[in-house]
Amino acid sequence: MSQDPARANDSARGRGPARASEAARTTGTAGSVDTARAIDTASSAVLGVDALIDDPGTRIVVCCGSGGVGKTTTAAALGLRAAERGRKVVVLTIDPARRLAQSMGIDALDNTPRRVKGIDDSASGELHAMMLDMKRTFDEIVEAHADRERAATILNNPFYQSLSAGFAGTQEYMAMEKLGQLRARDEWDLIVVDTPPSRSALDFLDAPKRLGSFLDGKLIRLLTAPAKLGGRAGMKFLNVGMSMMTGTLGKLLGGQLLKDVQTFVAAMDTTFGGFRTRADATYKLLQAPGTAFLVVAAPERDALREAAYFVERLAAEEMPLAGLVLNRVHGSGATQLSAERALAAAENLAEARIVDQVGGKAGLRNSPDTYGSSEPPATETAVPEAPSSDAGSPAADRTSADGAGTDDDRGTADPSAEADDDRSTEGRTVEQLTAGLLRLHAERMQLLSREQRTRDRFAALHPEVAVAEVAALPGDVHDLAGLRHIGDRLAADSSPTAAS
Amino acid sequence: MSRLQVVSGKGGTGKTTVAAALALALATEGKRALLVEVEGRQGIAQLFETQALPYEERKIAVAPGGGEVYALAIDPELALLDYLQMFYKLGGAGRALKKLGAIDFATTIAPGLRDVLLTGKACEAVRRKDKRGRFAYDYVVMDAPPTGRITRFLNVNDEVAGLAKIGPIHNQAQAVMRVLKSPETAVHLVTLLEEMPVQETADGLAELRAARLPVGRTIVNMVRPAILDEADLELAREAPRTAVAKSLSAAGLGGARRGGVAERLVEPLLTQADEYAERYALEREQRTVLQGLGLPLHELPLLAEGMDLAGLYELAKELRQQGIS
Repeated sequence: MSQDPARANDSARGRGPARASEAARTTGTAGSVDTARAIDTASSAVLGVDALIDDPGTRIVVCCGSGGVGKTTTAAALGLRAAERGRKVVVLTIDPARRLAQSMGIDALDNTPRRVKGIDDSASGELHAMMLDMKRTFDEIVEAHADRERAATILNNPFYQSLSAGFAGTQEYMAMEKLGQLRARDEWDLIVVDTPPSRSALDFLDAPKRLGSFLDGKLIRLLTAPAKLGGRAGMKFLNVGMSMMTGTLGKLLGGQLLKDVQTFVAAMDTTFGGFRTRADATYKLLQAPGTAFLVVAAPERDALREAAYFVERLAAEEMPLAGLVLNRVHGSGATQLSAERALAAAENLAEARIVDQVGGKAGLRNSPDTYGSSEPPATETAVPEAPSSDAGSPAADRTSADGAGTDDDRGTADPSAEADDDRSTEGRTVEQLTAGLLRLHAERMQLLSREQRTRDRFAALHPEVAVAEVAALPGDVHDLAGLRHIGDRLAADSSPTAAS
Repeated sequence: MSRLQVVSGKGGTGKTTVAAALALALATEGKRALLVEVEGRQGIAQLFETQALPYEERKIAVAPGGGEVYALAIDPELALLDYLQMFYKLGGAGRALKKLGAIDFATTIAPGLRDVLLTGKACEAVRRKDKRGRFAYDYVVMDAPPTGRITRFLNVNDEVAGLAKIGPIHNQAQAVMRVLKSPETAVHLVTLLEEMPVQETADGLAELRAARLPVGRTIVNMVRPAILDEADLELAREAPRTAVAKSLSAAGLGGARRGGVAERLVEPLLTQADEYAERYALEREQRTVLQGLGLPLHELPLLAEGMDLAGLYELAKELRQQGIS
């Protein structure tokens, strides 16, 4: 592993000047043309997912976002789609849900990309997938850089064992490290990465820098000095300030731990040589042309707030943002019926029912007039139609036996309150069902407007960000077909407002 | 009732909301609760609609009956300097350490130290007493890391105690573990009625139990209202569309004839009922899985208007009614 991220980075740059930032600017331009409209209607540019994954210049796609928004699923769906469109893809996932991993056949956690079977390879694409094993990745770095004896010293160091087993920061660093490795191997023409579920969604950006600056820092030199001079005996050669400092650390950490840290750092220092160079290379790889970031979110307040934070942070770091993937967007085939009207109509049905039961008076007949429908009273036109289609329906017999048929009659002509009372104890009438359907619709419409509000807020803040919406599915994804379906939805060239 | 209530859950399940509602519920009737944030996201401040919380215990809400909720966003770096000051009177040396990057090291890279500091601070608040010997807080509620990391987070002191075999860190780590593994602590898991969060809850619970950490309750958040029941759904599958159209028309939604305003609503409304049915079946399945976990199960409703301060009080009331406090 000879600082390959840097080389990969150079070769990427050689391919074309600032291609990704060009792409970012293109979407940016589209956004700014739309800015005036965006402020009015708060709609953003549409993210062309297929254009992104089809472009041979796109070599890395990083999916980031807060937890629970479907980041891993998005990464997997995107990878599958790219592969079925002819690219050689590897998807790097971090801690995926078990069944999602199984859907790609990577339930074995062995830190090696595995070919995913069962994809449509008619476009001669390939899909590989792997799950990050953090400790294994760390061990591999050590093994690759140290001679056997020194590697053993490091691998057996208790401090190293804790560090590599996944405390804060390690996972983020190793994810980026693995990305650099995969990119350097140059076996795939597209790498799709899922980012770790960090305590702060931005940790993966900071981790390489932080670890790099730490390992090159003053503290390291301080810690390594005594070890290099031969352990504790070396202490007396240090100046007073330094020994006071190590003394303090010793007091804090306990002598044994300090010694473990010193041994570890000394071993790392001599084997790794320039951790910072390495971290910088990984960081530059993320900024390089050919890398595209996708921020993944759900149309919920917290997730979009986090997404906005992400967008700003990526801009500050000069990381090329391709756009926002908005998962789990709800739609309705009946948006013409507002929540208020649906609820009023449902109440109307319930009231009529109560009136029926109490006084036998058909309140229903009043409703078309009461609610000022522009249509002629439905009752007359509906009468001749109903019996014929009822007869054609296989369910008609059952329904009328249950009494729903009587209900139809009641809607049009004379209500039969007595029969209704009998039915209400067991079965369900069509009216009750209809009232339920209307309440369900009202709930859906309320959800829609809530989602719209949060999206508008985001679009007002970041009109330049292109958006791809993915309609909500009632269930979870378990197989390639499910992932393919998500990919279709992801790439559907729909305007943000017309998503279903 | 445990005095340290740890709230974890998969990302996106609303654990910060549940932690805050729990603190409000526990603080009713003159009690005092401290709500602790450990992930530096300022979720509590956003929830209570206040500005970012400093590293300082600060009153953020008054509960019904005169109780108080305090909040603290623990900053590991300041917590470390706090410790240095408290144990070693190291004001100046602390600054020097910071200059060297040692504080950065300790709080971000050194294995587990960050988590030790976070749990340590929370445990300190649990044990703290005022001059009259009364506990400073009746309850401490922690908005903890997600389910996937919670066991490692809480158990880190064990690991550290093993790593630093002597010295003040060793002692500190052991003291924290004594609180965390006692009945003084209860770890609650927040989930949704969806497959992945439920799976993660089951896995997280197994890990907590294996580490002998005291588990509390399962709280299902954002439960959507049951609008249609079995009978409705059965009828929705079988009812003639014309009958539904007529019913809609009767409700005042236009004509029921083919192409009429009401008739055109039938298809989309029944599609929505189908989606509902699918979700309903999935939710029932997941509820059964949760019931099999052997923990008290609570459900909190999805608030139609989205989460705000009023909604938080509503959830707190709900928790109280369900006897969680």
